[in-house]
Order: sequence, then structure tokens, then C-alpha cells
Amino acid sequence: MSAESKSSKPKVGVYICHCGTNISHTVDVEQVREWAEKTLGAEGVVIARDYKFMCSSLGQELIEKDIKELGLERVVVAACSPHLHEMTFRGASKRSGLNPYLTELASIREQVSWVHTDKAVATEKAKAVVAGAVRRVIQNEPLEEIRVPIHPDTLVVGGGIAGIQAALEIANAGFKVYLVEREPSIGGHMAQFDKTFPTLDCAACILTPRMFEAGNHPNIELLTWSEVTHVAGYVGNFTVTIKKKPRYVNTDLCTGCGICVEKCPKKVVDDVYEAGLGYRKVVYTPFAQAVPKYPVIDAPNCTYFQKGTCKACEKFCPTNAIDFTQKEEYVTIQVGNIILATGYDLFDARRVSNYGYGRLANVFTSIEFERMSNAAGPTGGNIVLRDGKTQPKTVGIIHCVGSRDKNYNNYCSSICCMQSLKFAHLVRERTGATVYEFYIDMRTPMKAYDEFYQRVLEEGTLFVRGKVAQVTNAARNEREEGKLIIQVEDTLAGKQRRIPVDMVILSIGMEPRHDAKETSHLFGVGCSSDGWFIEKHPKLDPVSTMTEGVMIAGCATGPKDIPASVAQGAAAAARVLNKIMQKEVVLEPIKASINEAQCSGCRICNGLCPFNAILFHEDRMVSEINPALCQGCGTCVAACPAGAISGTGFSNEQILAQIDGLLMDVNLAV
Amino acid sequence: MSETFEPVIIGFTCNWCSYRAADLAGTARMKYAPNVRLIRLMCSGRLDPTFVMKALASGADGVLITGCHPGECHYIEQNYKALRRYLLLRRVLKGMGIEPERVKLVWASAAEGMKLAQEINTFVEEIRALGPLGWNRKLAGNGHKVEEPALEVAA
Repeated sequence: MSAESKSSKPKVGVYICHCGTNISHTVDVEQVREWAEKTLGAEGVVIARDYKFMCSSLGQELIEKDIKELGLERVVVAACSPHLHEMTFRGASKRSGLNPYLTELASIREQVSWVHTDKAVATEKAKAVVAGAVRRVIQNEPLEEIRVPIHPDTLVVGGGIAGIQAALEIANAGFKVYLVEREPSIGGHMAQFDKTFPTLDCAACILTPRMFEAGNHPNIELLTWSEVTHVAGYVGNFTVTIKKKPRYVNTDLCTGCGICVEKCPKKVVDDVYEAGLGYRKVVYTPFAQAVPKYPVIDAPNCTYFQKGTCKACEKFCPTNAIDFTQKEEYVTIQVGNIILATGYDLFDARRVSNYGYGRLANVFTSIEFERMSNAAGPTGGNIVLRDGKTQPKTVGIIHCVGSRDKNYNNYCSSICCMQSLKFAHLVRERTGATVYEFYIDMRTPMKAYDEFYQRVLEEGTLFVRGKVAQVTNAARNEREEGKLIIQVEDTLAGKQRRIPVDMVILSIGMEPRHDAKETSHLFGVGCSSDGWFIEKHPKLDPVSTMTEGVMIAGCATGPKDIPASVAQGAAAAARVLNKIMQKEVVLEPIKASINEAQCSGCRICNGLCPFNAILFHEDRMVSEINPALCQGCGTCVAACPAGAISGTGFSNEQILAQIDGLLMDVNLAV
Repeated sequence: MSETFEPVIIGFTCNWCSYRAADLAGTARMKYAPNVRLIRLMCSGRLDPTFVMKALASGADGVLITGCHPGECHYIEQNYKALRRYLLLRRVLKGMGIEPERVKLVWASAAEGMKLAQEINTFVEEIRALGPLGWNRKLAGNGHKVEEPALEVAA
């Protein structure tokens, strides 16, 4: 009843896997085999076999032998998901001379035996799935995999520790890297920190040598104060446009002496690097060890840009490097691979209004505390209240602010427990104050983390298990007068407590970058509903994305500590190097193409392609698909009213045949 | 077999999200109704409405279309195009006298095995409530009138 275009049916072999007992436990494999041989014989099935483990070398040899001896022209393997073993069985076909794309996998494990319980029903469904695959495979066309050369240069977006690590790995292997950072200096969040847990080594001491190395590496081209604005192309051949924001400082002339910063008469609150606790000049480098060393003029705050006078920096610059006429500049680069290490934003503590941040002066955020405890920070490392001089006698540290909370973010920000323990240690070390930690659960799973927790416990920090309800200054008694009172249910003691403290530190969680969605669209990577970039596989491929040639590393994929970010940066670099060394990349030949004779030139397809792969020939009034740009989604194939567009791998014929096969039993019943 | 009507449903899945959600449902041994038979497409944007018509004409009682959540499409925005077609298709079905509820669009990311399983179960119950479509019987004569077989519950 299905309109068979082919006169003689190709010979099909059907192979049904027991998968140990994973499939045979719920599907009567033997019955499916018999049925396939008998009922599907008319479809062209000449042999049906079952085997304990089809993916084993013996199982594969079974198929290879049949292809050679029986002259099979199509193969259907009813086993697991094609995402698992499609390559395996395509390989088996290829080895015995059958085009690999003439082999289909029917998923009777993930879609049948593992999700159903009734054996009779599961067996019937397995038959339908096999029939669908058989009908489909008959319509398969032999395809050739596509090979494209890889451009050896790499773009790393984000100059935090993950991006720096990735850039250094690739550069040290001898390949060129463009490292793009939107702030004036690389370094990222880590440059703001004082100490790093659990070893307590100074963040700057371990980070700045890496920054310097990246800044001076002959293979790394640093593009700071810059942002990627456009990405075109595909793995191996990306064309990327980068906007270089005007620095108003000619970096060819600037020596980084810092006289302009010194002479600038205007100070503004530094909301970025100093987290609002300190000031910076209008012409500034974010911090002393900034890489590159060249300052930036903050034009919206600059007196010259506002009023047309001042130019103090220009007057005093010994090398005439100040250039108020600079405009933003766009550069276009060619790269083969891209690593996104765009990092995270911090949760805005103001959103938890019951904790009083922004309303109660002595409620601080974790990043404010980092700056405060940093010797190079606004208080010179003194831990003091908002008045700038009083040392706190009691400090309360609240965990999970904005994390593990259905009102804000469900996920655990993973670093807050450890950073809170670090804060407790630093507060006690520097002020001798009594420290309370308010936690839901202590999470200290990495190397030497729990030991650090034990150390902080032994140092005498007090731990209260329970989610803080409120931080208030409304005293109820003398003891609470002039203090911040933390209202909490102590779930271990089983009672409500009010603990008066001088200072509260909110251990705020991580959030995806506010513009993560735009970034994900720009680079064509997936983004979860939270906003974290999605890995190709959360366990086995954590630094690749569904878009070939675009890797992800660091906190852009989810909250991470420094060691994990560094590891991911290096892992992403390894992935890129692997691609570069292969010199070319193999792409799935799933592409759309237009039959010009059938194309009416209606241009409906033109606007449907998000990759601009479809161009229109005005002279001939037909559309054409650029196979290099086509990603194979098939939207145009489905849309063409003339049926002029066909898509390899997922043609109309294949899908219609599969529908027929899947519903074969229903129609036999008629 | 019990007396209850067991619908047959064709499900179209996207290679990047819902097909992987189905894989995940399998790996995690989540159980769902066996009435749905899945077809893999590269993207929900590949879904030609003809496929839905074909499935219904070939004996399916319902069609489930699944794709990536809005904003999460592997091909940037093609799931929106699937959404547009879906809404039009429902109107067409209504015009043809078929309950538009027989076709349903569901978003399921690669991580949402549980959601997919639940959506499948819900949809199977919805179609069960609607009853058999039986288009294949009506169309068996290829447009010509055929003797209507006694409408029995499909075994």
C-alpha cells in the first residue's frame, strides 16, 4: 500500500540485540526476530538475527559477515539509542563495504524495554519500531561525510581564570589565540578576591603571574575593553567581529606610568572591581596588576566629555598617549574554534529584602567582604563596619543567599559554603570576633575542603543549622540594642533564636551573566532556562556544546570553584587542540539542497534560515543553499510549497516510510 | 487485552532535546504509557504538517510534537517555526472536523526525561478520552466510499 518507487527491494538485514537482559527482560526478542523474518520478508528483509550483545565485536562481525555473504544493502540494528551506538554500527557496515548511512538504529531499549513493563505490549511496540526502521532504511541514500579544513586560530571569550588557562594551553602548544575581555583588564572575579580556599593562598599571588604570562605571550593577542558582536560560519571557519571600545588612550604610546591616573581630578565609586566599597579615578586601571597596564577613560564620567574642559590627563601624559578622538573600532578575525568562558554575575542581595542589604548599613555581601579583607582593597585589609573604623565583635555569615531557594535560584552555587568558612577564618584571624555561620547544609566535597571545615570548627566558629528568616535592627531588649539581630530557626536545637551581631555577611550565590541568552544566541549554543550554557553531555562531554567548534568552560556552564574552572579551561583547550591537530573536521552529511528545476522562486525558505545559508539568485529567480552554512535543521525542507527542497538523512520519503512502518500493525488490523 | 481503548500515537522528537529526553527517561528507567511511537527529526522545524496528516491518515489516533523550549533551539529559533505551523495545523484540523486536541506540542529539554514521560502519559489519557480516530479505515478506499467495518476497539 505504500507507494514503492523502487522496482526491486533492497536486501535488508535486521539485528536484534538482547543487551544482556536489558532488552530481553521486557521484549521477547526471539518473537521479534521471527516476526521480522516472516512479516517483513515482503519488505525486503532477508535475514533477522538476535544476539546477546550486538555491539560486541562478535555481534558486529555477525553483521559484517552477512553484508558480505548475503549481499545486504540495508541494515537495521534494533538495540539502544542511536546517540550511543550509531557510530559503532555504521562502522561495522563501512568495514564490510556498505555505505554507513544505509544502517539504521531502532531504539528498543531507551524507548521500549526500559520504559515499559508489560512484556506483550513492549514486544508489540518493539515490532512497530523495527518496522518503522526497516521502511525508513529502504529509503536511505548513501551519503559521504563532509570534511572541512580547520583554521588553526582560536577565539577565547572571557579573560577570567578559565579563559586565561584555556588561552595559555593553546598558545603554549604553538597556536594563535585571541583573548577577548569586555573589562579593561583580564583577571575576572578571581582578581577581586583576597584569599582562596582551602589553602588560603593569596588570589593575586597565584593569578597575576598567569595574567602576565597571557598578556605577554607571543601567541596570544589580547583584546580587552572589547566585545564580540557578530559570529558567522561553522566549525573550522568562524568569522568573528569584535568591537573594540574606545580607551581614549593610545596603547602604542602609553607606557602605563600611571601619571594620568594620579593627575585626574575626579573620583567615582568603583562598582565593578571594588564592589561599590571604594573609589577609582575617571581615567583608571581597575587594579595595580592589571593586564594590559593601559588605563581607560570612563567617558560618561569624564569632565572633558561632559563639559569640554579639563584634559588634565592629556596635559600631564609624558608620551602624548591620551587621545580623546578615539572611536569604537570593529575588527574581523578568522578562527577555527571558539571557547566561551564568560563567567557569572553575582546574585543581587537586595532581592532578599528580609536580609536588609542596602537598607541596613552593616549587612555586607561576600564580594564586599572580599574587597574589605584584601590588603590592596579600600580598607587596606581592615575588617570594619560601614563607618570605616569600628571593628566588629560579632559577625554573622549567612549561607545560600539566592541559592537553594525556590524564590530565587533552585541550584546550589557550590562555592558559598567554602567561601563562608574562609570568611570565618579571616574574621577570627584579623579581629578575634565571635563568628556565627548560618547554614542549611555544609557542602565541602572537594580535596582538602572538609579538612578546612574541621579546622574552622576547631578554631571556635559557631555553626547554626537553619535558614535565616530575617536580619533586623528592631531590638526587643537591651542586649539587642544597636545590633543587627539575626532571626533563625536553629533546626538542631529545635528552637527559634535571635542572635545579635555587629556585622552580617551574605554569602551570595552565582547567577548566569545577565546577557547569557544573547551570548548563547550569538554563538549558537544552548542555554538552560536558568541561563547556564548547556554541555554536549553533562558527564562525558562537559566542555563541548551541541555546536561543533564552540566549547564552554568555567562558571558560564554553572557555579564552579577555581580548580574546576581551571580544569575546564584546560579541558576545553585540549578539545580545541585535538581539532586543530586533526587539520580537518568531519561533519554529518545532513544538509538541505534545492532542486532548481522545481524551485518557483517564491523565497519562502529565504527568511526561515537562521544561518543565512539560503541565497536567492535574482537572475535565475531561484534559491540556492550554501552547504557550508546549512546546519541541517530541515525547516526549509518542511516549508517549501513546491517540494523543491530535499534534506539528506531526513528526507520526506524516509520519514513518511517510517510513519508507515510504525503504524503497520494498525493498518494490518483494518 | 482489556476493554479500554488503547490509542496509537506518533511522537515527533527533536534530535537535540526531546529525543535525548526520551533517552534519559530510558536510562533513568522512568515508566510511561507504551502507546507512543517516536520518530527522530533533527529539529521540530523539520516537521512538515504533511507528516502529521500522514500519521493520522495511517491510523494514528494522535500526534505528539516535541521540541526544545523557546529560546533553547539548537538551530537558534526553528522551534518557533514549529510553533507557528502547529497553531495553523490545529486550525486546519478543526476545519476538517477533527478534534485539534489530537495534535499536541510539548517542549522538553534534553534534561527533562521526567517531563517528557509525564507529558506522554497525559497525552495518552487525553487521546483515550477522545476515542479512536480511525482515519485509516475511512481512507482505506483512497477517497472512495468503502464499507465501514463495524467499529471495534482496536486490539
